Amino acid sequence: MTSDSSSYSAATSSPLLQVRDLRTSFNTPDGKITAVSGVSFDVHSGETIGLVGESGCGKSVSALSIMRLVPNPPGEIENGEVLFEGMDLLKLSEKEMQGVRGAGIGMIFQEPMSSLNPVLTIGRQITEPLEVHLGLKGAAAENRAAELLEMVGIADSRRRLQDHPHLMSGGQRQRVMIAIALSCEPKLLIADEATTALDVTIQAQILELMKNLTSQLGTALLIITHNLGIIARYADRLNVMYAGKIRESGTAEDVYLNPGHPYTVGLLNSVPRLDRPSSDRLDPIEGEIPDPANLPSGCAFRPRCRWATEQCAVSEPILEQVEDRQMVACFESKAVADSVEKVLP
Amino acid sequence: MTTTVVSETDSRHADSGSAPILSVRDLSVHFPIKRGFIVQREVARVRAVDGISFDIYPGETLGLVGESGSGKTTAAKAVIQLRTAGQGSVKFEGQELIGLGTKAMRPVRRKMGMVFQDPYASLNPRLRAGDIVGEPLKVHGLTESRDDYRKQVAALLTTVGLSPAMAERYPNEFSGGQRQRLGVARAIAAKPSLLILDEAVSALDVSIQAQILNLLQDLQEQYNLAYLFIAHDLSVVRHISDRVAVMYLGRIVETADSKDLYEHPLHPYTQALLSAIPTPNPIVERSRERIILRGDLPSPMNPPSGCRFHTRCPIATEACADTDPELRGLAPNQKAACLLAEGYGDAGSR
Repeated sequence: MTSDSSSYSAATSSPLLQVRDLRTSFNTPDGKITAVSGVSFDVHSGETIGLVGESGCGKSVSALSIMRLVPNPPGEIENGEVLFEGMDLLKLSEKEMQGVRGAGIGMIFQEPMSSLNPVLTIGRQITEPLEVHLGLKGAAAENRAAELLEMVGIADSRRRLQDHPHLMSGGQRQRVMIAIALSCEPKLLIADEATTALDVTIQAQILELMKNLTSQLGTALLIITHNLGIIARYADRLNVMYAGKIRESGTAEDVYLNPGHPYTVGLLNSVPRLDRPSSDRLDPIEGEIPDPANLPSGCAFRPRCRWATEQCAVSEPILEQVEDRQMVACFESKAVADSVEKVLP
Repeated sequence: MTTTVVSETDSRHADSGSAPILSVRDLSVHFPIKRGFIVQREVARVRAVDGISFDIYPGETLGLVGESGSGKTTAAKAVIQLRTAGQGSVKFEGQELIGLGTKAMRPVRRKMGMVFQDPYASLNPRLRAGDIVGEPLKVHGLTESRDDYRKQVAALLTTVGLSPAMAERYPNEFSGGQRQRLGVARAIAAKPSLLILDEAVSALDVSIQAQILNLLQDLQEQYNLAYLFIAHDLSVVRHISDRVAVMYLGRIVETADSKDLYEHPLHPYTQALLSAIPTPNPIVERSRERIILRGDLPSPMNPPSGCRFHTRCPIATEACADTDPELRGLAPNQKAACLLAEGYGDAGSR
C-alpha cells in the first residue's frame, strides 16, 4: 500500500494525462458560473492521484470535462487541453471520444444504482464494452465477463451474470461498476466519490479492491473525493480544489504534514481524527463557500482566510512551488506553513 | 432475552447519584411483512431493533453508531414515539413512554428535540425561517405575546449563529449549513433537556460539519443538554460522545466510555469499524493494516443464527453460529456481546 515513488518520479516519461488550463462553465438563470477555472494537473502511468475538495469546488466537473461528459447546454468546456497519451481529447470527434471512454479511460460514479441500467442483466452490461471496444462476442465475451466478476470478488459469477442490478447490494453494484470500468483494461480509472454512498466497512472493501486491481493491472487511478482520509491512504499525490481552482498540489506527505494553503490547513483542522485526542476542539474554517456566480475579488478564499492581507483582495495568487516541496497558490504560504504545528511522522 | 443494563456499572453516575434522563430497557421494534390480497398474513418479521438497553444522563452525550440496517434510526424513533411503536421500556425523566397516546406524548415531546440528517427535507419550504424556529413555541404555548415571540425567535437565531434579520427569509435562501443551524434552533426552541441528533452532520461539508459540531458542544455546555447522537461516522461520534454504543443488526454489540472504546475496542465488529476509517495522515495510514470484513451486511429480516456478526467475523468459531452472546462487562464501563472477547489490563478480574 506504500506509495512507490518511482511510479511518478520517472520525470523522463511524459505523463499519461495532462490537463492544461481547463475551464468549464455553466449558463444558469443567475448568470454564467465558471465551475472549473484554469485547472492544470498531470497523472503519470500507474500512479494514484487525489482530487479533493468540498461540494461545488469543481472536482467532479473537472472529471466530467476530461471524459467530455459535461452536458452542453448548459455546460461548456471553454478552454484548455486534455492530453491523454499525447492526444487532445477536447479536439476529438464524439465517435473518437467514445473509443477513449471505457477503452482508454474508465470511470466509476458515486451512485451505482443510477449508473447501471436496471432493465439489462449484469452480464449484458459487462459484455457490451467488451463487444464495442475489444470485438469479443458470444461465449468469449461471456467467459471474460465471468472472469471480471470473479476478479472483483463476486462469487458464483456465472449465475450472477444473469442477475439484474436490483438483486445486488450497494457494495456488489459498485463491484460490478469496477468490473465494467476495468473490462477493457484502461490506462486510467477515474473514481468520482465512488465509495461515498457506501457503509464504512463496505467502503473499505471497495477501496482496497480498487487499489489492488489498479496496481495489479498498472492502471493509473484518479480518486475524486471530499474524504481526506481516503486520499491520505491511497494517493501518491493530491490536488486540493476550492472554488474552481487548484489551491495546493503535491505529494501526500508534503501536503498533509506541511500544508501551505490556508484552505488545506482549515480542512485538516475541521475533521475529527482518530489519531488526535478527542478533547481537542475542532478549529473549522469560518463562513461558507462563496456563491459561484459572484466570487470574491482576488483570492476566492480571502473572506474565510485568517492570513488574508490587502493584497489578497486585489490580485489572485498563482500556484508556486514552496521550498522544494508542493505547489501552493497563496501570497502568505510561508507564514501559513510556519504557523502550522509540525506533524511528525 | 435478559436485559443487560448498559450503564449500571457506570461509576461516575453512581457516585454522583444523579438519575438518568433517558432510560431504555429491552427495547424492540419489529416490523411485520405481510403478504396476501384479501387475507393478509405475516410472512416475515424485520427485527429492526431487538432488545437494546441504554441510559443517558443529564448533560452527557451517548453516541449510537452503526451501518445501514443496524436499527439506530428506528431506535431513535421508538424513543420519541415517532410513528414507531416499540416494545420494552423507554423512561424519560422517570415517565414511561411506551403506550403513551399522542396527546399524552405532547408535553413530553417539548422536552425532547430532534435534528434530522437532511437540512433540505426537514424544513417546511413555505414557512419563513422565523416561523420554523418559532413553531414549537406556539405549539407548546410558550409565548406571552407577539412581541415576546419575536424576541424569543431572534434570541434563538442568535444562539445558533444566525442573524435575527434572517427570520424573514425562506429556507431556500439558506445554505446547507445555515439550514442545519435552523434545524438546531427549532430543536432547542422549547427548551428541551434531551436532543436526538440523527445523522445531523452527515450531509454537511467538513468545514461546515466542524462548525455545527462546535455549536452543539457549546449548546450542551450552556443548557446542560443531553444528546443521543446517532451517526455512522466513528471519528465524529468519538469527538462528541462521552459514551458510545455500537449497533449491529438491531443489537448493541459493544458499549463503553468513548475513550476506552477507541483505545481498546473489544468486539471484533467495533475493531473492524474503527479500522475501516482512514485518518488524514499518509504516514500513519500507509503503514496501517486494515481489517477488511468479508461480505455484505445480512438482511435484518433474516439475521444469522447465534451471534449475528458471525458470518462476517474474522475470529468466529463454530460456537458463534449457535450461541447468541449477551452483553457482558469486560472492563469498567465497557461491555461487549462476544463469546471470544476478553478484557484488558487488570480489568478482567473485576
